[in-house]
Amino acid sequence: MTGDTGLAIRTEDLRKTYTAKGGDVPAVRGIDLAVSQGQFFGLLGPNGAGKSTTISMLTTLVLPTGGRAWVAGVDVVADPVGVKRRIGVVTQNNTLDMQLTVAENLEFRSRFFGLSPREASRRAAQLLEVFGMADKRKSMSTDLSGGQAKRLLIARALVHRPDVLFLDEPTAGLDPQTRVNLWDILRVLHAEGQTILLTTHYMEEAEALCEQVSVMDHGQILASGTVNELKEGVGAETVITVRYEDLVPDDVTAWAGLADRPGVSKVESEGDHVRVFTREPEGVLGELVTAGSAAGLTVRDATQLKPSLETVFLTLTGREYRE
Amino acid sequence: MTTTTRNAPAEVAEYGVPAASEVAALISNAPEPRPTLLRTFNAMMAREFRVLRRNSISLFTRAVMQPLLFVFVFAYVFPKIGGGFMLGGGAAASSRAGAAGSINFATILVPGLMASMLLMQGIMAVTFPLVMEFSWQRTIEDRALAPVPIRVLAIQKIVAGAVQSFLGACIVFPIVLLVHAAGQAPHVHVTNWALFALILVFASLLTASLGLLLGTLMDPRKMQMLFAVILLPATMLGCVYYPWSALHHIRWLQIAILVNPMVYMSEGLRAVLTPVLGHMPMWAVLLALVGGTVVFGYLGTRTFTKRVLN
Repeated sequence: MTGDTGLAIRTEDLRKTYTAKGGDVPAVRGIDLAVSQGQFFGLLGPNGAGKSTTISMLTTLVLPTGGRAWVAGVDVVADPVGVKRRIGVVTQNNTLDMQLTVAENLEFRSRFFGLSPREASRRAAQLLEVFGMADKRKSMSTDLSGGQAKRLLIARALVHRPDVLFLDEPTAGLDPQTRVNLWDILRVLHAEGQTILLTTHYMEEAEALCEQVSVMDHGQILASGTVNELKEGVGAETVITVRYEDLVPDDVTAWAGLADRPGVSKVESEGDHVRVFTREPEGVLGELVTAGSAAGLTVRDATQLKPSLETVFLTLTGREYRE
Repeated sequence: MTTTTRNAPAEVAEYGVPAASEVAALISNAPEPRPTLLRTFNAMMAREFRVLRRNSISLFTRAVMQPLLFVFVFAYVFPKIGGGFMLGGGAAASSRAGAAGSINFATILVPGLMASMLLMQGIMAVTFPLVMEFSWQRTIEDRALAPVPIRVLAIQKIVAGAVQSFLGACIVFPIVLLVHAAGQAPHVHVTNWALFALILVFASLLTASLGLLLGTLMDPRKMQMLFAVILLPATMLGCVYYPWSALHHIRWLQIAILVNPMVYMSEGLRAVLTPVLGHMPMWAVLLALVGGTVVFGYLGTRTFTKRVLN
């Protein structure tokens, strides 16, 4: 199979293993992705899931140790320069050129992509205008706030009209208002046909923005699909967790009368908590509290999660999502 | 979708969202990118010159202070306070060179200080920024995403560093010629300008290549070791303050310091600037400078590429 399938991004068993003193550390353990043109694609997973390594391989900054990947039909290992010509990258860190002003950051990036100095300065002015940063043009890039720096990073990634825009954790560490503002910018870009791959560890970010999501953990893709498909695929269940002050007895299913309850697909108990996966959550929480107090257990806290990417993650991994 | 007005205060602009029509224009009006290796390389060099120009005052100060104070103390203060103090070395050198008359310390210092400045500037220009770019935010990724192979980025860093190193040496030249006590003028006589330029160019490239190698190998937390382990020994044992030929009194040292690239830079400049002093044969100098550039350049580019690509 070649990369020439009309897909914006495609990977086949893509792997990265780092060699460290204590032995090999697998960061990405063979993933297959297919992102079509114009799609807003999200790679969702907790910190350390392998998302950044994946995006770094796709943007040619990390060499894969196995498998293959194509971006805009170009093989990332065989022709990294060809890939770099076709992509825009918003790095997780602030990688703005600290020695340059805001406008110069855009001008020189444009010139790296072959624009003449005159074209580059026109392009920089255009981008700053659209991104509402024209008044910051002469500021040093070190003087920007976190949100402004991120906007400039996005503007910089767009100087050469990339086929694919990559964003690595674009809103990590930003205040909620700035985050929503960046979401709006990304939505507009997507509406204009820009293919976007974004990694995030925020469930709500993936839900708010992405048409297609792959859930990643420990270097592997656990599930892929639209947000709705993912919810339905794993049963669209509500997850109710009750934590008690003391250890829970083993025969919990019978104990709380949950075994024959309609809609309940799974009851887990471990240590001090009970977790119920159900399509019909009404009354379950109450029953766990009542049955608990009958058995001499005091409730410490209780949560009821409606079907969401968080319950999807919980169902797939059996672990709570750690951000 | 609305957008904040252009002249809105900064706080409002911060939260402005571009209108769809503006973004559409941004995408459709984008100039066609047509990067070539040469264009991107030139743009990266243009970026270096923009930064150099912006920091010109601090860079100039950095380049001037060390040689200025050196020649002031050694070629002005010392001859004034105790005439015979420095003559031992000078006499040994002159007898070795077989030159008649007085060889003052200023004459020995001219090529030495130029070589020392080449090394300082080469390392300052390449190693320090590189260590910054690799640590903390990894800003190196900014230029690593430019559409050229990573090794071109490494070569660009060598060339840019060499330019700074070269300029640093050129600034030293008038200072060492002009600052001295009466009667202590250095005996500088350039007969072969082409050879002088060739040695300066290769010495600059050599120091910048070494700077690249150090910058990619250095642990940022151990930066201060750079002075103790590299710069100081390279300078003190680099024939900056004495000609190599004068070391025949200490044969083991004369042999041992041949591993120091500074020796060839000092001696090469000594050969073209102050030929009255004894100096190393030119073939050895050129071989070491060109060979050193190739070896350090190759190793530096390799470790740089590895660091960038993890």
